[in-house]
Amino acid sequence: MTELLRAHGLAKSFRGLKAVASASFDVAEGEIAALIGPNGAGKTTVFNLIAGVHAPDAGTIHFGGRPIHGLRPDQICAAGIGRTFQLVKPFPTLSVLDNVVVGALRVERTVAGARAAALAVLGRLGLEARAAHPAATLTLSDRRRLEIARALATRPRLLLLDEVMAGLRPTECDQLVEVFRGLHRSEGVTILLIEHVMRAVMALAQRIAVLDRGEVIATGTPGEVVNDPAVLSCYLGEDTEL
Amino acid sequence: MSFDLVVNVVLAGILTGLVYGLMALGLSVIFGVVRVVNFAHGELMTVAMYAATLLFARFELDPFLAVLPVSIAFFALGYALQAGLINPFITRPEHSQFMLLVAVGLIVINALLMAFGPDARSVQVDYQLESFELGDILVDKARLYAAGLAVLTALALFGFFRVTRTGKAIRACADNHFAAQVVGLNVKRLYALTFGLGAACVAVAGCALTLLVDVTPSLGPQYTLLAFVIVIVGGLGSMLGALVGGVLIGVSEALAGLLISPSAKSMLSFGLLIVVLIVRPQGLFGRKP
Amino acid sequence: MTRAARLLAILLVAAVVFPWIAGPYALSVATLILYFAYTSQAWNVMMGFAGQLSLGHALYVGIGAYAAGALYYHLGIGPWAGLPLAIAVAALAGVIIGWLAFRFGVAGVYFALLTIAFAEFTRIGFDHMAWTGGPGGMFLPVAERDHIDLLHFRGPPALYYYAMLALTAGALALCARLLDSRAGYYWRAIRDNEDAAQALGVHVFRWKLLAVAISAGMTAISGVFFAFYYNNLFPEQIFSTGRSIEIILGSVIGGVGTLFGPILGAAALTLLSEAVTAALAALGWEVPGAKQVVYGVVLLGVVVFLPHGIWPPLAHRLGIRR
Repeated sequence: MTELLRAHGLAKSFRGLKAVASASFDVAEGEIAALIGPNGAGKTTVFNLIAGVHAPDAGTIHFGGRPIHGLRPDQICAAGIGRTFQLVKPFPTLSVLDNVVVGALRVERTVAGARAAALAVLGRLGLEARAAHPAATLTLSDRRRLEIARALATRPRLLLLDEVMAGLRPTECDQLVEVFRGLHRSEGVTILLIEHVMRAVMALAQRIAVLDRGEVIATGTPGEVVNDPAVLSCYLGEDTEL
Repeated sequence: MSFDLVVNVVLAGILTGLVYGLMALGLSVIFGVVRVVNFAHGELMTVAMYAATLLFARFELDPFLAVLPVSIAFFALGYALQAGLINPFITRPEHSQFMLLVAVGLIVINALLMAFGPDARSVQVDYQLESFELGDILVDKARLYAAGLAVLTALALFGFFRVTRTGKAIRACADNHFAAQVVGLNVKRLYALTFGLGAACVAVAGCALTLLVDVTPSLGPQYTLLAFVIVIVGGLGSMLGALVGGVLIGVSEALAGLLISPSAKSMLSFGLLIVVLIVRPQGLFGRKP
Repeated sequence: MTRAARLLAILLVAAVVFPWIAGPYALSVATLILYFAYTSQAWNVMMGFAGQLSLGHALYVGIGAYAAGALYYHLGIGPWAGLPLAIAVAALAGVIIGWLAFRFGVAGVYFALLTIAFAEFTRIGFDHMAWTGGPGGMFLPVAERDHIDLLHFRGPPALYYYAMLALTAGALALCARLLDSRAGYYWRAIRDNEDAAQALGVHVFRWKLLAVAISAGMTAISGVFFAFYYNNLFPEQIFSTGRSIEIILGSVIGGVGTLFGPILGAAALTLLSEAVTAALAALGWEVPGAKQVVYGVVLLGVVVFLPHGIWPPLAHRLGIRR
């Protein structure tokens, strides 16, 4: 498989505090990869570096061969990367459909086309019944789906998911896992998850990179990583659900 | 243009600026803690000024003595205003908050206009015409006393916030509203208290200012804007910033009035505001917003 | 939305025949209503759609008025040529202010204060500019009122009424079109959550600038009208914060971000104002300031009890969406 995303030697500090020291990993086209690590490991920072929220102090990020480090978030989206937010950010005064239309307008030229595309995406995520409702009235689980739908509407080559499973009940989590499996199967979307909820990581990820104190300390298949002594030691004392 | 003239003008600017600073202090405290854009600040001060002129006209009460009853009344007024009207608006969008206070300001100023008419009023006390002489430097007694009152009040307020429990509680609110609630502070009551204090500041500043300028209803909106310029330039949430900002604006306006033209002095203030907002929004002493 | 369309059609027909049945006073009030409705709608584009609170919008009215006015006063060039200049200068001013603000992260309350500062700065500046008349004002030459001179926009009051009606109707149509377009979606997304909008590929900076430019340009047209309707311009009046507040009153009372809110709000406010003036005169209470107090109380009432303005509940009753 060809390499789609390649992060190399990423470093980022905030007011003297080193959030990411030197992180390197890659994601191949068409795979589902996960970035895990204990709290404070720097996962969100790495995520934000890829998403264009911050520019790295050092290191590079290549997407499809092109450098994308330092680009603005909207340019990152234009390059083909969609993302969700850990604390969901719906457009509260817009309807569920209109929320997704904003995303769809990235690739559709007309509003009518965008609405049709948006409706289709809502269908994939089981939200079509709520299309006309104001986004502010959704439950958390549905809001997560809306986030995903919005990002999907931009027809990304790579979907970045920021702790989408946080706060969901196990059944909701399993449902979402099925949705991702379905998307992966039918569209071949490449997915990179940042996740704490191991249940989802184990169920979805084909490859995992483990981040600790700003560095990638292990990569491999789930089976390999779970038994890696370095990984176990950095997680020791932490509650992980398996 | 002699050196002495410039020195006199600058000195007058500093003293007036300290009074402005006290007015701005009230706004900084309100804005910094309650986070509401008090667009009726100058209007409130104008009411205080009218109160002082009334007390003088009726009871021949010197504005410095009027400070006591007026500031107490204003504390109560500010408390009631926040508790009754503004508290529910904390969660509303900014333009709603703004319009609320614009409405209040509009009502206040025009009520004053209805009651007192557009003509200027003032107080006439003996020491307004006297000044201290230090060589060729003249310092107006009234101006000096007014500035002194401003500084004393500021120090008292500073002491309150530093030393008393309530004061610290209010500072906690300003730092982190949510955490303050978690810790059990009655945030709404503290907000009302803060507004009361801010209003009391404004009352003192107003009484003091009555000695320096004539009072008309149109002063309201002018002083509101001036207070905002000072607060932003000096730095939101910084009490020292409010005073220093006041002095800065007082001096720059005085100099602009001398060197350019009296009517252009506000232009400098607004120009400064623009620059500060763009280049250094935290002002001189504030924290980064 | 055939219901809304029907209602609109009725209103439009009524508006068109109005001058035939109305007396001169009613006509002038109606023109004033339309003026405020249009200007408020222009402001609404920036605030209601893109979420940027401008409290210094009188700046653009003044720029428009003085640009076209000065052209006429000094060079005798009529308003039709003055119009593009007015729009261009105002839009440019808006873009400059917007660029400075957005580039340096001046948002929310600070942005509002910035807009006030620019308006005040310009007001005092114009007070000192001799070639626009300074504080004494600029007076445009007025011709006969009974024959129509379209080139110089002179004629009977009905001419101005129809001009303003056309502008208001045009603004309504434009806003309706914008709301349903990419611009409308992107602006509302920006208004609701900039970060999320950006993550979806919206170039937030550019779209905000566009909103400001369009809003400023539209407002400038209002200024040109003002210049040729009242024929005298004073910096103190036209750039004042009071004017800026007047501009937003219509939208705030009617409903910020809605399509018909500004018009409804402007109508309600102007009619109330005239009614109060008449009532006060009848009661013999013609004290300066009384009318403004009533304004203030009404504003307070609307802000406290009807935070979304008077249009949304009314629209709900009528079964209209916007």
